[in-house]
Amino acid sequence: MRMQAKAAIAAALIAAPGLASADPDDDTLIVNGEIEMTTKTSAPEHMSDTYIDTIMSGWHFRSDETQALQMDDFDNSGMIFVDTGRAQWEQVEGSEGNSCASCHEDPADSMKGVRATYPKWDPEAEEVQTVAMQINDCRTENMGAEPYGYTSTEMANMEALIAVQSRGMPVDVKIDGPAREMWEKGKDLYYTRTGQLELSCANCHEDNYGNMIRADHLSQGQINGFPTYRLKNAKLNTVHARFKGCVRDTRAETYKPGSDAFVALELYVASRGNGLSVEGPSVRN
Amino acid sequence: MKLSTTILAAAVIAAGTAKAEPVAPGEVQFGDYGGIAESLTGKAGDPENGAKVMKTKSIGNCISCHKVTALSDAPFHGEVGPSLDGVADRWEEAQVRGIVTNAKMTFPGTIMPAYYKTEGFTRPGKAFTGKAAEEPLPPLLTAQQIEDVVAFLMTLSEE
Ligand code: HEC
Ligand code: HEC
Repeated sequence: MRMQAKAAIAAALIAAPGLASADPDDDTLIVNGEIEMTTKTSAPEHMSDTYIDTIMSGWHFRSDETQALQMDDFDNSGMIFVDTGRAQWEQVEGSEGNSCASCHEDPADSMKGVRATYPKWDPEAEEVQTVAMQINDCRTENMGAEPYGYTSTEMANMEALIAVQSRGMPVDVKIDGPAREMWEKGKDLYYTRTGQLELSCANCHEDNYGNMIRADHLSQGQINGFPTYRLKNAKLNTVHARFKGCVRDTRAETYKPGSDAFVALELYVASRGNGLSVEGPSVRN
Repeated sequence: MKLSTTILAAAVIAAGTAKAEPVAPGEVQFGDYGGIAESLTGKAGDPENGAKVMKTKSIGNCISCHKVTALSDAPFHGEVGPSLDGVADRWEEAQVRGIVTNAKMTFPGTIMPAYYKTEGFTRPGKAFTGKAAEEPLPPLLTAQQIEDVVAFLMTLSEE
């Protein structure tokens, strides 16, 4: 793995002496020498009205050093939080005397594939649910416990434990049927120019991915890698916390994590990653 | 260029009689192609301060999107917009003023923010706090800062 990263550095140096190349690179992501990740693939059909024909993981836009941290679980700080999540999984809490394990036993079996299909329509609740909403439903309904804060550390840990069971599986979010309305709403938000800077998600992540914006290399803003361990704040970051940060950066009033608006946006952004591998917990800067 | 300098000189003379107030953001007169003929302050800009406005992250932060060789003492120039080297050879001063004031009047739909606009935003926020703010917002740059930036940009000639 190290070898690959070094080879990539050498190749980059030959291609662009003295210059950091801004284009997404062509490295291959194989985790622990065994999980082969699809980090670039054809854009899903619903994106045929965009300029994007190839969707790419945010991993391609990070430096070789940051990329290497995600190639081995011993170097991936996000994995520490998976362990904490596992302890939470076993922890009995609330009035019903249950832990997650009471109903779902081993997450390696019961949670396999879950991350790949969320957010999704829940026919009983008659709403689109994110993994975080489902976790909190289980806590309040089945455990009689307090919900986690939507972007809290506990939530991020639990999401990491659930995501890791689907690593390498393709994102496969359904956008038809009853989920369609939320998806359309999310799409509207993605293209809405907010705040005093009048910027939409698309301005940065569709029109300018691959370009530098000050010191940041703009990616396609995919969420297949969430939750994400960021070197910048040295913690696990949830999808809605990231959305909030990006909206704030347009000098706008943000939406609330867990709000209908952000659930809709998550469904839409997730669907732009249909076909990429689930990478969570990933490492970014 | 010749023409706009004359206009500027005229504006300065006119301003000399009464103490000039800067043109308010809502009252800026854009030409058909998005240019602004007269100085927003009635005064000439200070190019040195303009350079500072352009490279300072908490002020204009123009280099987050544009490469400007003359500002290469400041790190991290972006690639979202074109390089501004030689911009004075490509545009009249009036057009440059229009672009910095509200680039959407020159390039409809551009990603470039409007630096002297205070109303008409979707979900206006209080700077980078994420909290709601009432319009009118303070403009991103003051009229004098706009003029300073314009004065600096007009020094970027390669001819
Ligand atoms: C002003 C530019 C800008 C806007 C507008 C913007 N972002 Fe971002 N976004 C960034 C930057 C810079 C990063 C960090 C580098 C990267 O991964 O692209 C980022 C990162 C992200 C990431 C993390 C990607 C990863 O692989 O970890 C997601 C997800 C994201 N943005 C989604 C959004 C969404 C959704 C919106 C609209 C609500 C949005 N962004 C609006 C600049 C922007
Ligand atoms: C978010 C990105 C962004 C920021 C920030 C930004 N610009 Fe721009 N600018 C652009 C883009 C993109 C264009 C090209 C017009 C287009 O096609 O949309 C442009 C065009 C220009 C032009 C015309 C250049 C030419 O040669 O045609 C000038 C002058 C200019 N910008 C100056 C500035 C100044 C001064 C600032 C800061 C006060 C600034 N820009 C901030 C994105 C940006």
